[in-house]
This record gives sequence, structure tokens and C-alpha cells, in this order.
Amino acid sequence: MELTNENVLGKIIDKFGIDNIWDAVNPDGIMTFQTTRETIIDLIQYLRDDADLQIQFLTTMCGIHYPDQKDKELCMMYQLHSLRYNYRVRIKVFFPISDPVMPTLTNLYAAANWMEREAFDFYGIIFTGHPNLTRILNIEEMEYHPMLKQYPLEDQTREDKIDTFFGR
Amino acid sequence: MSESNNDIKLVDAPDGISGAGFFATSFEKVIGLARKHSLWPLPFATSCCGIEYMATMGANYDISRFGSERPSFSPRQADILMVMGTIAKKMGPVVKQVYEQMAEPRWVIAVGACASSGGIFDTYSVLQGIDRVVPVDVYVPGCPPRPEQILDGLMRVQDLAANESLRRRNSPEYQALLASYNIK
Repeated sequence: MELTNENVLGKIIDKFGIDNIWDAVNPDGIMTFQTTRETIIDLIQYLRDDADLQIQFLTTMCGIHYPDQKDKELCMMYQLHSLRYNYRVRIKVFFPISDPVMPTLTNLYAAANWMEREAFDFYGIIFTGHPNLTRILNIEEMEYHPMLKQYPLEDQTREDKIDTFFGR
Repeated sequence: MSESNNDIKLVDAPDGISGAGFFATSFEKVIGLARKHSLWPLPFATSCCGIEYMATMGANYDISRFGSERPSFSPRQADILMVMGTIAKKMGPVVKQVYEQMAEPRWVIAVGACASSGGIFDTYSVLQGIDRVVPVDVYVPGCPPRPEQILDGLMRVQDLAANESLRRRNSPEYQALLASYNIK
């Protein structure tokens, strides 16, 4: 079977149902669709273990913050790659910022360990089941998650670096 | 004897009383003179300013002319901590530890905008100037500063070293300064 977006999406919908897979778009040649927190781990395991797909490489995963989307403020984005067929797919899971919990992917991909720590560090997403969910890039004393758009990017401890000096 | 030996400049002797077979001056001036012309830098180079410092060490600018012949990578044998480059907040404790391991007398030069004030990196992860963790004697502006500017900063420290009282490091003001940085 040749992996095209239609074929792969058809297989996934057959397996997981139309209720759990939606909004399939093709923004940049990589098929992107949304799923739920309950489905995501089984879905990635299915993509990995299915003999026809063999999407067995976790390219990247990261958090995204959309402050304007009510009850869908946070998003985890997974990019997977089938090295066997050179086919890529992108999966997004949206969830509210009041409940920033995601199931961990570390049981399927060891590489998810550091990526999930990064998402926790910068976005405060809690991964249930992660073996060592601590900050990975920022200092441990940091009291906030800096990539959330409710915080300014500038260091808040300075008074002399005002916008007029920077043309902002 | 080649002609080029005429170019050698000797340091002037400090003020003092000279007579037949003796020269009397104050201990402080002699010590200051010796320190001034043998300042060993500890280059803490993290980014582009470190590259400029490497040019300063090269033949064209030749920091050796100032007695800084040997960059000391042992803090215990260094006189000047030269912090060159962006210091992230994670690196702050390392800078402080290196400073604490240096023996007195010690001076600090913050080379370039990042070490002096955080520079353009006005962001959550970057220390906004190393004077938040260690006391700084000389700030060298520039992004990055040219080797001449780094040499100028070194010469400012030479002035400090030559004129510093031997008891300055024991003074209550200096102790209070270190205490304000929680350095014993």
C-alpha cells in the first residue's frame, strides 16, 4: 500500500472512529489532524506497530499556547515519520489551560522523555506517568513557565531597558 | 645588539628617594607596580566577545605587552576575571564559583554588552549583567568590543592595581561589598 494522506487517514478513522479524528488539513505537505487526550497514545502506538504504516520515528513534539482559544488554550503537537516509506504526519491535541494534563509517551518512545520535560518546563503541561518530570532547560528556581503568553518575554527585573531604547 | 632594541620601553620607577647605592620608596608602590605589570587574566569566554579576546591575545594586538602573557585557566593563579559573553541564569552560579575560587587581590572586567547588562538578550533566561552575582571593576562597552577596547579595559584595571592600597581588601567597605554578594 502506498502511503498517501487519504489512505493513512482512512486507516486511522477506520480504527479509531470519526469521533476521535477530525480537522485533517494539509498546510505544508504534512497531513495534520486533531485527536483527543484519550486516543493519542493508542493512536501513536497503532501508527508505530501497524505493518502497513510503520510510522516508527518520533521526529518532535512540543507544546503550543493559544491564549485566545477558550478551553483549547494549550496544545501538544506530535510529528511522526515513517522512515520505511518516508511519510510524515502531524497530530495535535488541544486541552484547556486549567487542566494541563497529558498522558506520557515515554512508554513508546524514550526520546519523548526530554521533549516532555521541555514542554513541562516552558508550558507547564503535566505528563502523567513520566518518570522524571522536572525542568530541563531553565533554572530550577524559576517560578513560572516562560513560553506561556501571559508572561512578557523581557526579564522583569530591569528598569533601564525600556522600549524607547529598542525601537519597540 | 639589533636596532629594534631601542623600541623597548621600561617602566618608570615610582616616586621615591634615591641616593648613591640605594632607592627608598613605599612598599605599596612597589607592590602596585609589580601587580600592574603582571595581571594574569582568567578568560571566562562564552560567546562572540571571547573571539574578540582571542584576537586581543594574537600577534596584532598582543595582550602580552601588558604583562597578561598567560591566560590563567586556574582561578587560584589569576588576577582578573574577564567575563566575555552572554551569561545565562544557569551559568550565573558558575561565574560566582570561579570568582570565589580566585585569590585576592582580584579584579573583574565585564567585557561587552551582554556581560555588562544582558545586552540585547532582555529575556527570562539571561542574567541581566554579571554585577548581579559578582562585583565588577571595569565595564567594557561594545557588541562586541574591538580588541583596542578590551586592552583599554585592561589598562583601567592596571590603573586600579597600581593605585590600590594594600589594606583596601581588609577595609570594612570591601568586606561589606563582598557580603552584599554573599561571598565570604
